[in-house]
Amino acid sequence: MHNLTITELIDGLKNRVFSSTEITQHFLARIRNLDSEFNSLITLTENQALKAAKTADQLIAAGNAPELCGVPIVHKDIFCTEGVRTSCGSKMLDNFVPPYNATVVENFRSSGAVMLGKTNMDEFAMGSSNETSFYGPVKNPWSTDSVPGGSSGGSAAAIAARLAPGATATDTGGSIRQPAALCGITGLKPTYGRVSRWGMIAFASSLDQGGPMARTAEDCALLLNCMASYDDKDSTCIDRPVPNYSAHLGDSLKGLRIGIPKEYFSEGLNSGTEQAVRASLAEYEKLGAKLVEISLPNTGLSVPAYYVIAPAESSANLSRFDGVRYGHRCNDPKDLEDLYRRTRAEGFGDEVQRRILIGTYCLSAGYYDAYYGKAQQVRQLIRQDFIQAFEKVDLIMGPTCPSPAFKFGAKGNDPVAMYLEDIYTISTNLAGLPGMSLPCGMVDNKPVGLQIIGNYFDEARMLNAAHQFQQVTDWHQLAPAGIE
Amino acid sequence: MNWETVIGLEVHVQLATKTKIFSAASTAFGAAPNTQACEIDLAMPGTLPVVNKQAIDYAVMFGLAIDAEIGKTSVFERKNYFYPDLPKGYQTTQLEKPIVGAGVVEIQLDNGDTKSIRIHHAHLEEDAGKSLHEGNFRSGVSGIDLNRAGTPLIEIVSEPDMSSAEEAVAFAKKLHSIVTSLGICDGEMSQGSMRFDVNISVRPQGETTLGTRTETKNLNSFKFMEDAIHLEVERQIDLLEEGSEIIQETRLYNGETKVARSMRSKEEANDYRYFPCPDLLPVVISDEHIEQLRSKLPELPDAKQQRFIDQYDLSEYDAGVLSTDATVANYFEQTATQSKNAKLSANWVSGELSARLNAENISITQSPVSAEQLASLIIRIADNSISSKMAKQVFDGIWNGEGDADQIIEARGLKQVSDSGALESMVDEVLANNQAMVDDYINTDADKRKKKLGGFMGQIMKASKGQANPQQVSQILAKKLAELV
Repeated sequence: MHNLTITELIDGLKNRVFSSTEITQHFLARIRNLDSEFNSLITLTENQALKAAKTADQLIAAGNAPELCGVPIVHKDIFCTEGVRTSCGSKMLDNFVPPYNATVVENFRSSGAVMLGKTNMDEFAMGSSNETSFYGPVKNPWSTDSVPGGSSGGSAAAIAARLAPGATATDTGGSIRQPAALCGITGLKPTYGRVSRWGMIAFASSLDQGGPMARTAEDCALLLNCMASYDDKDSTCIDRPVPNYSAHLGDSLKGLRIGIPKEYFSEGLNSGTEQAVRASLAEYEKLGAKLVEISLPNTGLSVPAYYVIAPAESSANLSRFDGVRYGHRCNDPKDLEDLYRRTRAEGFGDEVQRRILIGTYCLSAGYYDAYYGKAQQVRQLIRQDFIQAFEKVDLIMGPTCPSPAFKFGAKGNDPVAMYLEDIYTISTNLAGLPGMSLPCGMVDNKPVGLQIIGNYFDEARMLNAAHQFQQVTDWHQLAPAGIE
Repeated sequence: MNWETVIGLEVHVQLATKTKIFSAASTAFGAAPNTQACEIDLAMPGTLPVVNKQAIDYAVMFGLAIDAEIGKTSVFERKNYFYPDLPKGYQTTQLEKPIVGAGVVEIQLDNGDTKSIRIHHAHLEEDAGKSLHEGNFRSGVSGIDLNRAGTPLIEIVSEPDMSSAEEAVAFAKKLHSIVTSLGICDGEMSQGSMRFDVNISVRPQGETTLGTRTETKNLNSFKFMEDAIHLEVERQIDLLEEGSEIIQETRLYNGETKVARSMRSKEEANDYRYFPCPDLLPVVISDEHIEQLRSKLPELPDAKQQRFIDQYDLSEYDAGVLSTDATVANYFEQTATQSKNAKLSANWVSGELSARLNAENISITQSPVSAEQLASLIIRIADNSISSKMAKQVFDGIWNGEGDADQIIEARGLKQVSDSGALESMVDEVLANNQAMVDDYINTDADKRKKKLGGFMGQIMKASKGQANPQQVSQILAKKLAELV
């Protein structure tokens, strides 16, 4: 049952092959039995899930089931869930129970989806390996001595280990696509403004975007149909009709122009990864697409620009965690300054503190122009690169990340090496473009991800291309050893 | 040495929107602590701001009223600092691209001169909450009330164009008059609806470069501001005359103790690390919308003053006093219309009524005497039903809730006696009972007799319990005495 896709589960529910209660119980049992090995969930919401499943079964029986009625999913622990602890992977929010739902959570709830629990993540989504979580690292189901990627490593690992058929995730610099690649699943970061950020705990507001993870592009389309909405509670959300992302999955790729940025195949790319990606591109040619070499000349500037803008925004976004109103508070503060110092020193881990310090520095008097001002200019250049590229091509493809999953601790002492993990994914966040990753090969028994970057609001075309690829390949069907 | 004072003001004006600038929580004053703070005001994780369009419109209206350029694309920025009554750890404000650009405010001085004070810009921002420290809250504990957090403000920044406390107060009062006339601020100073930061420096007369300035923050009355400026100017001159230097610093003035102290020096000032708020898009205002707001602007104080002169034949001074505050102006106009006597209405509104309201420290909108009731009193004064002395008693009665003028005149038996027959017999009686006074009058030289009339008047008014019409009495008395001489 856990090998069924969301599309197949919906079919089975509709045709009364099984009930939502049965599916829910099945996945809950798997989580209880297997997740001690992967640590992909922080909180399991068993009672609520069973209750929601029962309600779903009643709706199905009554014949008025909404789109995702009875489908179990997991939410990244960055999305606020009413009455359920929302930690953001941090000691700071270990005791935080929101009195409201994120819009994304609300969308799934009203679509009848059943929340099984909340997934592990890098603390405040700052990390590419899930090693910064207060709740301990998530292990990659393909190789438990390797990282699952981050920051949405819990969501990716849960899907790879068949603990849930779908998940929500967020992507600020690659946090959906990189773990999707490293865990061999499919994940999509929509256009900035497509999915509401209300109730999604902010890391870097101008880059953060929620998106779906599942095993197939077809399932991602179903999840995105529910997840995307205009929300007047988020001023950066764009008021634009949500298309049916499932409608064009079957379209032919004949004549599709795929841009191959030469900068994405340069030094630092693992040769096995490169081979897998090139083989996939050949597959696309067979499907009728045309490959066009393009250049995104400012790609090399994306990592430094990102590591100014994202920390700068986060340094302000994380100021609210001061021990005054909610969250962690140090014991017996002797005065206000002591309260701030110890609360924040105790509540935040090293990587979060590092980024707050970098961001604070970049915004300081005398440094603003050289760092933040310059980074914003670079951001415009990167955007221009893409706008020009999309005059010639329909989609851009390349590797999601430079190499397959690395071992725990391998980059822990070298933040810059860790930051380079996102070199192919960061540009799209800076430009606000949609990007996705889908499984496209194996290197040393570890999955490789193919990245697809689309033009603004062109998610349907990306999903179409990914789905067509998954019709002629079976990388997305592979399961880690012991999971079958 | 002669010293010259240079003053610039930063004025925080709370906008009279129903809800906060970035949330739907109420802005009403005086609720129980923390009952008007929603998850956005509390800066709960994942919450996001959405800008209040009414606040944008109010800021634009202010800009139009001072003939300023409107920022068609204005940008909210984050001003970062830690304080418990600032839940997000940053204040959302505007810096590089404010909503209101340069403008001008004309002020009138007591000597009749006018002066133009330039406005550098005005920007939109959110208010912080309130901290209640030891003594104001519980022993050993500080309390935080976030009801005020997120209340919309415009901060109006002037150029250093004022050269005395008088000019600064005139400017502050003019701003108060403009924002209340526009209806964008309730003008309740005691509730903090307008707060002033005063930048002050002094320099030798004739010097063209500015001296080192200090900023005295958070003054919430015209009187405190005036006192604080005098105090600070004196302090700076004393320091300079004894050869010391002025330290650039922020100062706090306590209006109760009349003492100011240093709060922090420039060196201790925060680095606020401003940057554009990524949760809010730039505010874009179309020309069409600006014109729409312009067409709906209410009458401004200067125009109203001129109209009062033209329409009600008031003096420039009276018209000025009555047009400054829109609520006072409305009250006056209602009274004048209903009583059909603008001159008496002007005298009573700016005289007795204002004095009583000031003495009891209440605003005209809360006056126990309504405009209708004051008009009822003025009608009776004008038709000589009561004397002006009686009128004060009747006013007291209305103030105390005894009803309108006619009811009180009736109940207290205050109606003026104007019946000439009754008055004549009253005069005859007094003359008959005071033969000595009459003899004295007759024996006095003709040119000095006028001085003796007061004595008779006093007796007659006393005999009538003050109800005799004094003008008629004096005519009758003059006639009767002339017959006796």
